[in-house]
This record gives sequence, C-alpha cells and structure tokens, in this order.
Amino acid sequence: MLLIHCPYCEETLPEAEFAYAGEAHIARPADPMALSDEEWRDFLFIRSNPRGTHFERWRHLHGCGRFFNAVRDTVTDKFQMTYKAGLPRPDLSAMKEAAE
Amino acid sequence: MTTHDREFRAAGVTVGELAPRLRFSLRLRPDNLPQARLALGLDLPEKIGGLVTAGQRRALCLGPDEWMLDCAEGDRPALPAGLPHALVEVTDREVTWRISGPRAAELLSIGIARDLAALSPGKGCRTAFGSVQAVLLREGEDSFTLSVWRSFASHVAGLLAIGQRELACGL
Ligand SMILES: [Zn+2]
Repeated sequence: MLLIHCPYCEETLPEAEFAYAGEAHIARPADPMALSDEEWRDFLFIRSNPRGTHFERWRHLHGCGRFFNAVRDTVTDKFQMTYKAGLPRPDLSAMKEAAE
Repeated sequence: MTTHDREFRAAGVTVGELAPRLRFSLRLRPDNLPQARLALGLDLPEKIGGLVTAGQRRALCLGPDEWMLDCAEGDRPALPAGLPHALVEVTDREVTWRISGPRAAELLSIGIARDLAALSPGKGCRTAFGSVQAVLLREGEDSFTLSVWRSFASHVAGLLAIGQRELACGL
C-alpha cells in the first residue's frame, strides 16, 4: 500500500484513506460560452497522461476531507511531494538543485 | 454504560456498544475560532486529531474547518447568529463502540491501515475501518472508541466479533 503525506493533517498515512482525483492545475475557463466545442472538449477530457512526473489531485477522503495536490512518478508510483490545494505548481528543477 | 457487551476474556479485548451521546458536527472558518471558543467555553483545537475537554463538552478536530462535539444529555451548544458557521446535531447518525483491553489496538488493526502506535492517548482521527469511514479516539493506552455511520454498524460489529474470536483462538 502506498503511503501518502497529507499536507493538512501533516501526517503520512495509508492510501486506503485517500481518493485519486485526476490531473491537477486544470483551471475551469472563466467564460465557457466563449469556447469552441473543441476547446471545451479539451478542457473536459484531454489530459497530459505523462510517463514520469505527474501533477495530480488527491482527496483525504477518510480523514480531513481536503483536496490537495501531489507530484507522483507514474512509472515508479513514488510520490515526490504533496502540497495544499491552491498553491502554484512547484518548480521541480529548483527542488532538485537544492537537494544536490 | 454499555448495552450490548460481548466479552471474550481470552481475546484480551472487550467490545461494548455505548449508549448514544449528544453529538454535534461543527463547521467553521479558522478565522472565526476565537469567537467560537469564547461562545462554547471550549478551546477548539486547531491541530487535526487534537481533542479537548471542558466540563461535559469535548471537541475533536477532524479537518481544518471541522470539529466533532460530544456533549452531556440536555446540553445545547450554540454560537452567535452573526458568526458564519454550521452546528448540526448528529447524535443519531453514528454507532459507537468502546474497544478496550491489552489487545485493543491489535483488534483494531484488522480493519485500520493506519499505524495505531502513532495515535497517542488523548488524540483521535477520522479514518477507515474495513473500508467504512470511522472516527477513532484513543481514550487511553488500551482503550479506544470507534464510531461509524449507523447503516454500516452491523458490518463493522461483525468484523469486530470475528477479530475477537480469532484473537481468542490464538490466530
Ligand atoms: Zn488530511
């Protein structure tokens, strides 16, 4: 079972308490009426689906109930970090440099 | 006070359903905490999992803006109308068991994936027991209370009974 760090509870807890909630940082268009059908389709359904680093939403469903964001490697399933909802996408290259 | 005590002495753990206790769900923005603390006479904890008691009232912090209040019979906690909040009585929503004895944590571990050693006495959490959402409180080193929504009660009671039998059999 994966262990996931909830940034609200500030604890690392079993995956059984969490629910996956799709790709992160997808902003709803401010004016949907101004979009073409193709643009609206892309917003609703088209996701990056990367092999490697993925920014994604999780919810601590059986816990504090909060949505938050995570950076997970889709190949190794390893969580690199989690952060509170509403925070900007973290700069991973800066993190890597700081770690070295 | 327990209504349906089941005791398996050999299991090293007893499970008893507790009589319903007046219970409220409180939702409140953290900025409004000081006013709410004053009105309730309760130092609502900000740390998730924190538990405080004042007289007959007790509050467990479940989320950044969510608390569970346990109160004595006849108590009616209230907050000023001008303070944005939701305070809803949920007494009848849940069934609560007291699980106690030297092997209480072991029995709970059949349904809870959390590390119970990390839950110190006087703390609580919302978690899942046998995939059912549950609120767990560690009342003492060897004593817990577990609450689940009423419709899941027979499923959870069944799991606890199986676990007790397994412990009693030495499995
Ligand atoms: Zn959490």
